[in-house]
Amino acid sequence: MKKNVIITVLLTCCISVAFGQKYLTRTGQITFFSSTPLENIEARNNEVAAIVSQQGDIVFQAPIKSFKFQKELMQEHFNEEYMESDKYPKADFKGKIDNLSSVNFSKDGNYNVKVTGKLTIHGVTKDVSEPGTIIIKGNDITVNSKFSVATVDYNIKIPALMAGKIAKSIEVTVNCILSAVK
Amino acid sequence: MTLMLSAGSQQVFAQSDTSDNDLERMLDADKSATKKSQFVSATFKSTHIVNGQSIENVGKGVLDFRILHRFGTLNTGSENFFGLDNAITKLALDYGITNWLMVGVGRSTFDKEFDFFTKIKLARQKEHKAMSFSVSYVGGLYIQSLPASTFHLDTGQTYYFSNRVCYMNQLLIAHKFSNAFSMQIMPTHIHYNLVDSSKNPNDLFALGVGGRLKLSNRIALTGEYYYTLNPFSEANDLPVHNALSFGVDIETGGHVFQLIFTNSTAITERAVIGQTNGDWGSGDIHFGFNISRVFTIVQPKEFKNSRNKIW
Repeated sequence: MKKNVIITVLLTCCISVAFGQKYLTRTGQITFFSSTPLENIEARNNEVAAIVSQQGDIVFQAPIKSFKFQKELMQEHFNEEYMESDKYPKADFKGKIDNLSSVNFSKDGNYNVKVTGKLTIHGVTKDVSEPGTIIIKGNDITVNSKFSVATVDYNIKIPALMAGKIAKSIEVTVNCILSAVK
Repeated sequence: MTLMLSAGSQQVFAQSDTSDNDLERMLDADKSATKKSQFVSATFKSTHIVNGQSIENVGKGVLDFRILHRFGTLNTGSENFFGLDNAITKLALDYGITNWLMVGVGRSTFDKEFDFFTKIKLARQKEHKAMSFSVSYVGGLYIQSLPASTFHLDTGQTYYFSNRVCYMNQLLIAHKFSNAFSMQIMPTHIHYNLVDSSKNPNDLFALGVGGRLKLSNRIALTGEYYYTLNPFSEANDLPVHNALSFGVDIETGGHVFQLIFTNSTAITERAVIGQTNGDWGSGDIHFGFNISRVFTIVQPKEFKNSRNKIW
């Protein structure tokens, strides 16, 4: 009886190690780029927290105040006027890898994935589905994705005066290297 | 064996449940341990509240070009276009050497004065802390360049260059109470190398208080008052009053417009704090404005490889 329990426990344990491995980072990078004929704006955030499990669950969290701009005043306006970061301190994404079966976490390589889930920015949650790649190399995985976010979808108000300088659709680039959690 | 079992079962519990919520909890839990508390930002819109300095600095590598205007008093009547017929102007350039050190130079019409200042951040308020304050030091140097003949000097008295010079030491202590409301107190010491009457002190001490109330994300009301502890008995041959100013900050992109009402004719601290002649009660109120335009001169080094080439 006791033996059986141990075997079952060890077995579950092995299975959970094989399928339950998680990858985590707190220094992932998300950048965004707004391009208009009048002005280009770029911002970078190197403090993105992300976690990916081998079951295909994905969570990303980007603190809004950690976005750095080329012009300091832009950063202040971004926080104070557009993203209202005191009220909505972070943007996050919770979702799943749709084509999990095509990713082999135990084999190094590049895998194209499609991720579906809920993206929350400025307190507004939207269902999104975006393509990306997962690069597996030993115990690290790199998640890359490039997609567009329309400011109007997330209730980010742009005054008429600035409309020519801020793109309606902002290009977001995700580049996060996650390490296996021991 | 029991040990193995408990170790094994722990691992099972730790790893078996991987819904999004648990992943999220894992991110949060870990973060609370290493979370560094953030500094508050944007206590004031601009580096100046109205006439005096605010706790804000311009960032590293940022140049702020300021155009400041004070018209005559409203009570001079319609024949003087309610003061708009004459104006005091100051042009100033402020620059951020680092994120905690800024310097500035200005020239104003009043007494043909050059002024220089340095503002150093000593402490920064942390978020979600009731007893946390931002503290800065401001050092000012003021040099009047009026011709010596315009001063009332005793016969035979030489007018030295040092007679033209004044200094200021000021502490700024600010607290951002909420997104909309900030306050600041400013203990100030001004040294006048030469005063025009023995009844006037060479060392003036004052306590200033200033505040900001945001009406919207881009518009704010500001106010500023300097109480002098040992006031001048007279300045410019006129009685002296404490300086009281109100303003409206309007922000549009890279500009901040400050529309102001004040009883001070001059714009530099040594004259505003110590030598304000206007009296609000009798309508000696000046309309004026400050325009601030910032230029980013030095690109932050994180953006060296940026595809956005703006330099």
